[in-house]
Amino acid sequence: MAASLQSRLWDHGSVRFGVAVLAFMVIVAVLAPWLGTVDPAAMDANHINKAAGMAGDFALPDGQVLAHTFWLGTDNFGRDIYSRVLYGSRISLVVGIATAVLALGLGGVCGMLAGYFRSVDMLLMRFMDGLMAIPAVLLAIALVAALGANVVTVVIAIAIPEVPRVTRLVRSLVLTLREEPYVEAARALATPTPVILWRHILPNAMAPLLVQGTFVAASAVLTEAILSFLGLGLPPDVPTWGNIMAEGRVQFSQQPGNVLFPALFLVPTVLAINLLGDGLRDVLDPKFAKRVG
Amino acid sequence: MTQPVLHVDRLKVALPNGADRPMAVQDISLQLRAGETLCVVGESGSGKSVLATTLMGLLDKELTVAGGVVQLQGESLLDASQARLRALRGRAMGMVFQEPMTALNPVMRCGEQIDELLRTHTDWPSSQRRSAVLDMLALVRLPDPERMWQSYPHQLSGGQRQRIVIAMAMVMKPALLICDEPTTALDVTTQKDILQLIQTLQQDTGSAVLFITHDMGVVADIADQVLVMHRGVAVELGSRDQVLHSPQAPYTRELLAAVPSMTPPPARSLSDTPALLRALAVGKTYNTNRALHDASLVLRAGETVGVVGESGSGKSTFARCLLRLIDPSGGEIFWGEDEIATLSEAQLRPLRHRVQVVFQDPNRSLNPRMTVGESLVEGARNFGMSAFAAQALAEQLLQQVQLPTQAMGRYPRQFSGGQRQRIAIARALACRPQVLVADEAVSALDVSVQAQILQLLRQVQQQYGVGLLFITHDLRVAAQLCDSVIVMHQGQIVERGPTADVYAQPQHAYTRSLMASAPGVSV
Repeated sequence: MAASLQSRLWDHGSVRFGVAVLAFMVIVAVLAPWLGTVDPAAMDANHINKAAGMAGDFALPDGQVLAHTFWLGTDNFGRDIYSRVLYGSRISLVVGIATAVLALGLGGVCGMLAGYFRSVDMLLMRFMDGLMAIPAVLLAIALVAALGANVVTVVIAIAIPEVPRVTRLVRSLVLTLREEPYVEAARALATPTPVILWRHILPNAMAPLLVQGTFVAASAVLTEAILSFLGLGLPPDVPTWGNIMAEGRVQFSQQPGNVLFPALFLVPTVLAINLLGDGLRDVLDPKFAKRVG
Repeated sequence: MTQPVLHVDRLKVALPNGADRPMAVQDISLQLRAGETLCVVGESGSGKSVLATTLMGLLDKELTVAGGVVQLQGESLLDASQARLRALRGRAMGMVFQEPMTALNPVMRCGEQIDELLRTHTDWPSSQRRSAVLDMLALVRLPDPERMWQSYPHQLSGGQRQRIVIAMAMVMKPALLICDEPTTALDVTTQKDILQLIQTLQQDTGSAVLFITHDMGVVADIADQVLVMHRGVAVELGSRDQVLHSPQAPYTRELLAAVPSMTPPPARSLSDTPALLRALAVGKTYNTNRALHDASLVLRAGETVGVVGESGSGKSTFARCLLRLIDPSGGEIFWGEDEIATLSEAQLRPLRHRVQVVFQDPNRSLNPRMTVGESLVEGARNFGMSAFAAQALAEQLLQQVQLPTQAMGRYPRQFSGGQRQRIAIARALACRPQVLVADEAVSALDVSVQAQILQLLRQVQQQYGVGLLFITHDLRVAAQLCDSVIVMHQGQIVERGPTADVYAQPQHAYTRSLMASAPGVSV
């Protein structure tokens, strides 16, 4: 192991690309209010379906009037697409990250229990099989319908269908790790089982788990957009990329930008997360790492 | 004088920048004639496998040939094109590797795999190829060649698989056969048969054999010439008798001295102390498979008991039952006075410090994500020692296993195999055990390192008076270390007794065949 982990990660092209794009998206999301945006929910009846790049005076709901350039045009309610897309990145990133954390957390715990304790394994994994049999989007729709549409329920609804996949991964990792001599040595040293799971097994399962986490995050960003697009996600007034596209869909032939501009943010984001995951796997997984004997 | 089959002159192979030395192989010269066997001996990292892969043209991309000449039957291999090398491999040089399972394609019938070579290198019709393959299978003495032709690799035993690999290597009657540790993964009794087979085939075909091994016993059995390598350099080249009996280079002498003798030292006198570990009729059954049957033993303070057997003999199952890493299906196990065979994990935990373990594989016996210090204090902390006292104990134990105390903050990957095994011993000692179980604890190490670890185990035993249960497949190691040995075969104990007695006059037929198979009994 000549180079450090950080430098090996940074030397990987797709890690670098993924990190760069995601960093850009995070900056955009955090700094959205200061990037020449207006209230993304504000409607001005004077500026309906403006073409991209037009300028005009934008009347805010509180009566204030601003000189504003509609960089990406407006929709058929007179809302500024540029502002909506930038604010939409907040929702997408939060949903992506929160879903990954939740799915990894739940799946990690379930997987460790199923992998280490034979008695839990049978019951838990049959439950997971049942969960996997339900189509993910269908399950998400049912959960959102039952719990009401807000960011928390959307995150839960997207995370739950991912849990069985993470559980299976972690379980298979634990099944091999529990046979490792250092785990057996820890048992011989009378290390309590929770400590064995926490200190000996989890850290050694972390690399593949992180990689899986990136794929969960990427698919969560996409699924959130799908749910919004179908009108099953967050309410239409909340600016999400899926909502913007859903509203733009009806007038796609006249105003294609209302669909294309959010897509221009959605696609690179998902691509960047996936590339980051690929890169992480190449660097962290010993099967892909080139070893010099 | 005829032209040599293989002529190597001042071969240099460069390692990539940042490696521990600039050259993997430096100025190696050798000549190998038809019908001769040259053994290349060295420890891990000596460059012996790099030499073999260079000859085959299968050198790793990270390595580059930096100079020298390699000629096979007068043809230069270093200048040959990839296509030419492909044509030569199989036809002019055959190869046998260490692990027969990975050398064979698991989804192809064995017969087809041999047939593939004939299809590539000849224009014979299929009937002629088929009879040639069946002849070859008979020649490597596989029973029922017709059935072997139809078998998949996983249906065969390790020895049978290696015979298939040898059949593949020899079917074109190559002028040169390169064997890279072909018997290292096999049991001794199988190893003996395979070595005999290679010699017989060599006599029939007149091939030259380049045999790479770390085992001086194997060298004594088969070599005509011996090349001793150390850190890429040839330290000695000569005839077998010359190298084994009057070695010139100091390194060769060290290497030979590190090989344990088959003759046990005189028995130690042991006081009759109460047993620290006792097993009565312990058995373990997996489904219907009886892995261990009716095994008993007694281990006293300061005593070393060896459990000897081949793979699948049940010796590791026995050890893991005694450690209660697995639950025995029957029998009684005593740690001191306490019967523990059926205790729950929670009841067992306060007693666990009494019996500790050192495993075989130094790469996997330490948690790669924990520093050496964290690994060392874990046991002591579990048994209620304060963090400060555990730290002090860990530092003291590191010194005892001859490692610097700075090792505490480093990770296992920063240490060599032998050093990691020392750390594993220190970790076991941190619990102040009464019994130390060493499960093949020196089997993955080079002989010189092995000798150091055995010395350390002896010291530890003397100082702490621990009972040592030594599980091994290596009769030489057992001879030197153990006061008494237990010989296991197919899950049963077939013989037990004081080491000197068992080695001098083995009673059971299996023990006798085991003793006779040990390579280089004459060394």
